[in-house]
Parts: sequence; structure tokens; C-alpha cells
Amino acid sequence: MKQATQKKVAQFLAFLLLRVCLYLVLAVLLLFLFDIGKKGGGAISWEFLSQAPRKGMTAGGIFPAIFGTFLVTLITALLAVPLGMCAAIYLNEYARQDRLTRLIRLAIRNLSGVPSIVYGLFGVILFVNIMRFGTSVLSAGLTLGLMTLPWTITASEEALKTVPNSYREGALALGATKWQSIRTNVLPYAVPGMLTGTVLGLARAAGETAPILFTGAAFFLPYLPKSLGDQFMALPYHLYILATQHHQIEQVRPLAYGTALVLIALVLGLNMTAVVIRYRLRRKRR
Amino acid sequence: MSSAATAIKIQARDLDFYYGPVRALKAVNIDCHDRKVTAIIGPSGCGKSTFIRTLNRMNDVIAGTRVSGRILLDGEDINAPDVDVVELRRRVGMVFQKPNPFPKSIYDNIAYGLRINGLRDKRKLEETVERSLRGAALWEEVKDRLDENAFVLSGGQQQRLCIARSLAVEPEVILFDEPCSAIDPIATAKVEDLIENLKKSYTVVIVTHNMQQAARVSDYTAFMMLGELVEFGPTGKIFTAPTHKLTEDYITGRFG
Repeated sequence: MKQATQKKVAQFLAFLLLRVCLYLVLAVLLLFLFDIGKKGGGAISWEFLSQAPRKGMTAGGIFPAIFGTFLVTLITALLAVPLGMCAAIYLNEYARQDRLTRLIRLAIRNLSGVPSIVYGLFGVILFVNIMRFGTSVLSAGLTLGLMTLPWTITASEEALKTVPNSYREGALALGATKWQSIRTNVLPYAVPGMLTGTVLGLARAAGETAPILFTGAAFFLPYLPKSLGDQFMALPYHLYILATQHHQIEQVRPLAYGTALVLIALVLGLNMTAVVIRYRLRRKRR
Repeated sequence: MSSAATAIKIQARDLDFYYGPVRALKAVNIDCHDRKVTAIIGPSGCGKSTFIRTLNRMNDVIAGTRVSGRILLDGEDINAPDVDVVELRRRVGMVFQKPNPFPKSIYDNIAYGLRINGLRDKRKLEETVERSLRGAALWEEVKDRLDENAFVLSGGQQQRLCIARSLAVEPEVILFDEPCSAIDPIATAKVEDLIENLKKSYTVVIVTHNMQQAARVSDYTAFMMLGELVEFGPTGKIFTAPTHKLTEDYITGRFG
């Protein structure tokens, strides 16, 4: 009897501890969002979202930065999504599971831990200098794409692993080729997970500063990029400037908070998209 | 249970199989007669599933495996380098231990094998779906809900769906890898009736844990142990007058 009570108390304490941890994390996040929302909400207006900065970035909006972030994220996606998915399909479905494959997989996992500034400097050397794309939205997008690849590969591979082997074997046993079994009986069930992981990776890329710092982001541009060879403004870099590099930091602080709010909303939007995609595709499957 | 001489569909000759260094089959010789049911019985780990999976080269997908000896299908070596394994698997269908319907509609499950072979004609597809479902004694139960997801079916129905799915591609041989181990006794009886029917048109090989099942459905029985074939012969003889003491001990339930 006494032992039973003890066990119950222990369970209660364990659950309490876990719950407190969860609330702590949530509290920090909410406090953070609330603070940015309160200080940045006032700056948000149609003008702020649709106009270019004016008067040495002390007035006007951040439209070029929003546009630039969209554009660079699009280029990132065009590189990282198809390449990442294909690499994952190869690694999980085709590659012999030997030491070399394990080594490659380990290397990919490690790449996802490389600091983003290292990718930035690598991008300068590879895309800006060697491939002569110059400091441009293309170079920046490709750099972010490289940085995102390990994430998309890993997420896609995990998604492929969740597809039961019996789907593959069942198809093969009916006379499907390996590719047929993958295309018709594996990918349809892995794609929701692949997309979710991929979009999360893109959301992270959209918020990065270091990889675009030297590869294409501009301090200030009076015009939108007209080609892939142009420089561009980006939300995270713009925020960095407003928050630390501006000559009138105190005056532009509300604009900085507004920019932060827009950036967070954008990343949140992307993450929600991932959730919605997954939910929709999962339901369709049922 | 006739043991009259019939054509032999599949011959395994001195078949060895290795998972890496582990020898899972040791010089196995089994003949599967055309339009008869051959049952493979034996304790867990005796190699019976490994054996049946060599017949449609399903083991190819497992890395580090190796086969030696010969398996002849209609006299031709299925491991010969010029054999198209995809065509082999169309001719030699397989029903797995756990029902494995695809997460598609009932209709699409049956049509799957036809579609991957390039059939697009809607009428032909519909005909074949109906014929296959009838062949698996499932038509009456599902004819009004062909576009429902196959997962709504019960386990036994799912297994018959998998049987129908393999019938659709018109195989010559159907391999059953413990088809009833995951379904209830009533569903098992239905599958057994089905096998009885299927042997009119197909060569059937069934791996089973259940000795009564082997006695009920099969014409020939192979008893395996530790990767070796202990005894092979007409089912009636194996179950009433086994030659080997091991066989007798196993079928009388002294071990296994």
C-alpha cells in the first residue's frame, strides 16, 4: 500500500517536472513574441509593407527586403528541394548500405551543424569568385541552398524510412521495377514528410544573415533586383543593419522591431504551410 | 490428395542460400508440381521462408545474400544472368505473412499490377479487377465500395485482397508465406478454401507454421529443419507414415 502511494507520488512529480519544463519553454517563446509584437506592431502599415526605405532608412517601408527574401528563398528552394529529395531517394532506396554510404550520411549530418558563416565564406569563394556569379541574389540563393541541403536530405530520408517495407516488397512481387515501386508506392507516402522537413529547412534559410552577408545582400538598394545577377535587400540583413549598424539606432528602433515582426511572421507562415501540407496530404491518404 | 505423376513446375536443385556468412539453406531439393499445393513446414528459423523467397528472387533485395544451386521454373534457371527478374515476379506471385494492402482504394490495389505493366484500358482494368476479386472470393463483400481505402477491410479481407491483387497479373505460380499467421480462424478457413480452388489454375507453394493447415490444403509436403530438407513427399505419406524420426517427432508435436 505504502509502495503504491510512493509510486504515485513519484509519477506525479515526474509529470509535474515535465510540465514545468514545457511551460518554461513556452513562456520564453511567448514573452519574446509578445515583446516584438508590442514594439513592432505599431510600425506595421500598408506603407511599411509596400514602400522602399526612405531618408537614410529612417522612414518608408521594407518592401525591397521582403521581396528580396522571397526571391532568395525561391532560389534556395530550387536548388535544395529537388537535389535534396533525389539525394535522399538515392541514399535510402538505391545505395548499398555499406561503410561508404554510412560515411556519406555521417558527413551530411555533420554538414548540417556547420556554422552558417562558414557557408557564407564558402559561397563567396565558390559562387562569387570561382563561378563568377558576383555578389548577387543568385550567389546568395545558391549559398543558402547548400546550407539547406543537409536538412532537406536528412528530412527526406527520414520520411522515406517511415514508408513500410511491405509497400516496396508488395510492388516488387507484382512485377514492378524498383523505380516503379518507388515512384508509385513509396514516394506518394513519403512526400508529405519530405515537404514538411524541406519547408522547415527553407524557413530557417529565410531567416539567415551570415550566408548572404558577403554573397549578395545589399545594405541599401533603391531598386528591386532586375536579374539574378543583381544584389538584393533581405529581411534578416536589413534587421541586422537597423538594429546595430544604423547611424540613428534609437530613431529606427520601431522600424527594426517592425522588420523583426515581419520576418517572424514570414517564417511562421512557412512553418504553418508545412503543417498544412502535411495535414492535407495525410488526410487524402486516408 | 492425389500423388499421381504431374508435370513439375519448379525444381530446386542443391539449393544453398547465404545471409552473409550464414548458410540458411543447405543443398535443398524440392519439386513443386504443376497445379498442386506444396506445403513447406518446419520449426521457426528452419529456412522455409527463405526458401519460398528464393522462388521469386525476393531475397535479391536483401543486401549481402547469395544463392547457389539451381531453381528451375519450367526447366529454366531463374537465376541465370539473362532472366528478367521483373518478368519472373509477374509469373511467380507472392502473398506475404502480414496482409500488405497498399494505402490506396480497393480498386487501385487490384489494378496496381496491371497499371505498372502498362495497361490503361479502363474496361479491361474493370474486368480484371472484378475477375480477380471473384477469384479471391472477395467480390461480393466489396463490390459496392471499390473506391474505399483498402485499410477499412478486416485483416482476413485484406489478405484475400492481396491474393486478388496477385491474381490480377495472371501469374503461373503463387507463393504464400505463412498467409494465415496474422488472421483469425474463420478468415483462415476462407483462405484455405481459396487455396483449394486456386490450385485448379495455379501452382501453389505455401509456407506454414500450422501442421493441420499443411495437412488440409497441400498435396505435397516438405519438412525442413535447420536449413536442410528432412523429408519431402505426398502429404498423406508425410503425415501418416513419415520415413524420418525427426519428421514424426515434429508432426506429432514432440518439438517445434
